[in-house]
Amino acid sequence: MSTTDVLLIGAGPAGLACAATILAHSDLSVVVLDAGHGPGGQYWRQPAPAAGPNALVPGELADLHHDQTTFAELLQEVQRGRAEGRLELRSEQHVWSLVPVGDGYAAHTVDRAGGPSRTAGSTTRARAVLVATGAYDRALPFPGWDLPGVMTVGGLQALLKAGGVAAGRRVAIGGTGPFLLPVAAGLARRGSTVVGVYEANRPTLWLREARAVARNPAKLGEGAGYAGTLIRHRVPVRTGRMIVAAHGTDRVEAVTVARLDRAGRPVVGSEHRLAVDAVGVGWGFTPQLDLAVTLGVDRRPDVAGTEVVAVDDLQRTSRPGVYAAGEVCGVGGAALAVAEGTLAGAAIVADLGRGAAPESLVRQGRRSVDRLRGFADAILRAHPVPAGWADRLEPQTVVCRCEEVSYAAVRAAIDERGAGDARQVKQLTRTGMGWCQGRVCGYAAGLLTCGAPGPAVERLVSAPVPLGALADAAAGSDD
Amino acid sequence: MSTFTFDGGPVPFRPGQTVGAALVAAGRPAWRTTRVSGSPRGIFCGIGICFDCLVTVDGEPNQRACLVRAEPGQTVTTQEGTGHEHD
Amino acid sequence: MTRAVIVGAGIVGAACAEALTRHGVDVVVVDRNPVGSGTTSRGEGNILVSDKGPGAELALAQLSRRAWLEVGDLLGRERIELEEKGGVVVARTGAGLDSLHAFAEGQRAAGVTALDVADPLALEPHLAPDIPGAVHYPEDMQVQPVLAAAELLAAAVDRGATFRGGLDAHAAVTDSDGSVSGIRAASGEVLEADVVINAAGTWGGEVSERLGAPVPVLPRRGFILVTEPLPPLVRHKVYSADYVDNVGSSDAGLETSCVVEGTRRGTILIGASRERVGFDTSLSVTVVETLARQAVTIFPFLARVNLLRVYRGFRPYCPDHLPVIGPDPRAPGVIHACGHEGAGIGLAAGTARLVSDYVTGGLTATTAGEWAALLPDRFAGLNKEARQQA
Repeated sequence: MSTTDVLLIGAGPAGLACAATILAHSDLSVVVLDAGHGPGGQYWRQPAPAAGPNALVPGELADLHHDQTTFAELLQEVQRGRAEGRLELRSEQHVWSLVPVGDGYAAHTVDRAGGPSRTAGSTTRARAVLVATGAYDRALPFPGWDLPGVMTVGGLQALLKAGGVAAGRRVAIGGTGPFLLPVAAGLARRGSTVVGVYEANRPTLWLREARAVARNPAKLGEGAGYAGTLIRHRVPVRTGRMIVAAHGTDRVEAVTVARLDRAGRPVVGSEHRLAVDAVGVGWGFTPQLDLAVTLGVDRRPDVAGTEVVAVDDLQRTSRPGVYAAGEVCGVGGAALAVAEGTLAGAAIVADLGRGAAPESLVRQGRRSVDRLRGFADAILRAHPVPAGWADRLEPQTVVCRCEEVSYAAVRAAIDERGAGDARQVKQLTRTGMGWCQGRVCGYAAGLLTCGAPGPAVERLVSAPVPLGALADAAAGSDD
Repeated sequence: MSTFTFDGGPVPFRPGQTVGAALVAAGRPAWRTTRVSGSPRGIFCGIGICFDCLVTVDGEPNQRACLVRAEPGQTVTTQEGTGHEHD
Repeated sequence: MTRAVIVGAGIVGAACAEALTRHGVDVVVVDRNPVGSGTTSRGEGNILVSDKGPGAELALAQLSRRAWLEVGDLLGRERIELEEKGGVVVARTGAGLDSLHAFAEGQRAAGVTALDVADPLALEPHLAPDIPGAVHYPEDMQVQPVLAAAELLAAAVDRGATFRGGLDAHAAVTDSDGSVSGIRAASGEVLEADVVINAAGTWGGEVSERLGAPVPVLPRRGFILVTEPLPPLVRHKVYSADYVDNVGSSDAGLETSCVVEGTRRGTILIGASRERVGFDTSLSVTVVETLARQAVTIFPFLARVNLLRVYRGFRPYCPDHLPVIGPDPRAPGVIHACGHEGAGIGLAAGTARLVSDYVTGGLTATTAGEWAALLPDRFAGLNKEARQQA
């Protein structure tokens, strides 16, 4: 077991910004635990560190990234902290439980850095802890979505950023939200033919968000950059359309795209079929709340009804000593996460009485959070899941990919057994009881039962743990 | 070129890539069959959330191909069902 | 026609609804939450005789086992995943084996089939090779509790019962003579009834206060570990002999004794811990680690298997670790059917038989015979402080 002053869970934009703030304005010791192969999170995802003549180097993937300058600055701070012995960054650490102990917290972790055959348990204790566990792609079932080659857009992006791999030669992208564009642009830059980007919503929804747009000109510039790339590569971007089916036997070979009417329902007769060898779908993101939920911190619904961690204006949760920043406080992107991480760092040094961040830094951070949160809310309002997303589901369409539960079985639980929420559907059909514990199908189960995401699910174990590692820990505590 | 073996054949990779990225780059979108219907599966979420890309690495079943770093000489095998069928 | 309101749509309430509608009773089941969403959804689904020594609870378990088989035939065993898989209790030491044999001897005298097993590996090939001995209980069964509760309730509804989800039984409607003639919902709505059945499980103590007939039912926290799906490597319910001692214990501290069993869909369940910590919902890592260690000791192959999930529940227990079943003399019209601790799934079908006999079969507190030990009268001497202390 190791002990530190501050434990940061997640080395993405929020965690790194928090670390940099703490290092710059206090003498506190910091441990950062992260599941990835190195710092950066999903946004600044990098290949695993490697050497050799043929090794992937981050530089060759730089064109896939945005705002590398901020990342480089944060990394520099982190490296300095490491050199001074004040910060320890541990990669490939999967925190499975975060619990209160004494006047602090203990993170129980599966250490996967040793490779598949050498997983072990470890525990880190700290007085203060930041939950900066990010978010993951939100997927919705459709016929054929379980075919190999159909992925989330985040999956396509991870293959690009961490592996330099374009997952297909002909790729269709569908769903909703601005994230579809950089993924399509990245694939086009790496030589894929993107047959189309199918954005379910229409740009008219953005007309209501003029204020948020006006306050965030940088976001507009970022979007324009991707649009330019897509135009150069002749990638068609179609709004008011949705991928309603994927076809193939052992892998995806084609998709069917349909037009959506004003009510968001696929129009019969509007379908057309396209040959593809890969598909990316994404309906926004779900915050990774497992650790926060089991700690019992207060939550609030975001503007789309998804539960997120409730924080004060310095990222303090309802639990003393627990802070949250980034996507767990509401999905909003890397710049917002950096601003929130900075504020959390300022709060931590002040609350532990070990320093003070400059008032100007805090003021600036709050202004950024306010402005960027406004933009994030605008995105959520302008990119809802269309009302007819489930119209084309077939009885045999798999809803729960792990337990292979069909739409017919889920419907029967709702219609014949009166299941009124995702938890009941799970109890009656095993939807969400498999390896992923409902992280993939839970959102759909919520929409199908009550038309809303529903409350965040409690997962007392937030990552798989080998029983042998737990048994060893029990044996160790007897000594 | 570094390689690992997949079901007996060599798969090239660039150090820094994951097992999953190398398999996709090699044109293989699937390396697992599900335990109920025997359907093929590969990467879906790509970031360790969905567990669809489970694969057996050096005899250890149920490894997420999207997370496990490719290493020279690794033995990667298609995983059937629970991955423990021959335990 | 007799009218009954059942408070609680867990396994016990659902079983009572099924049994009562079989005898023509007009039943309304009320619950704050959906069917089977409380402690029912937090257990393994044990229907056991093996963990009970001679006495009223074992007799109820034996009655309940027969009743479950009938329920299985009625609803379809497949639909509720009722399985006569049998239990195997393993001793971990020679001394443990001696006390296990003595315990089994007493059970046999009470009519339980308990077979001494010289070669445990023949029954469970993946057990640790150094297990000194075991007892096989072929009568132990398993059911999927939420499916069973849903199907029992659906069968009752098919016979005319009504289910009112989202309805909180706020208070009793009491006549001038002190007898209860219905319940009042939080909304003010009144449901009239000849009998009100307290089948509120862990919340049975709270409901009993509202009905003016308080019985001491307290929560006892437990965790169950769920693994990744596996091929069928564990055939029976396998548990260590010290489970038998833990169930009846009043020790306030943590108790764990490992129960390992496979499920139809391949996951392995590892229970069971018992702690008296009120309704504290936090995860105890010590409990999880201790259960894992015990499980790996019995089945070494589990060391390489992943824990995917832990679920937590609050068992309803009475200070003497017996359920409270029967009419309450302080509030005529109220029948309790709660406080089953960790055995509620197994005892539900038998409990429903007793409740049905009290409502329609002419059974009374004075004719209760061997079931008298379960009557609420036994708590008459308990005042509120003593209940809280317990």
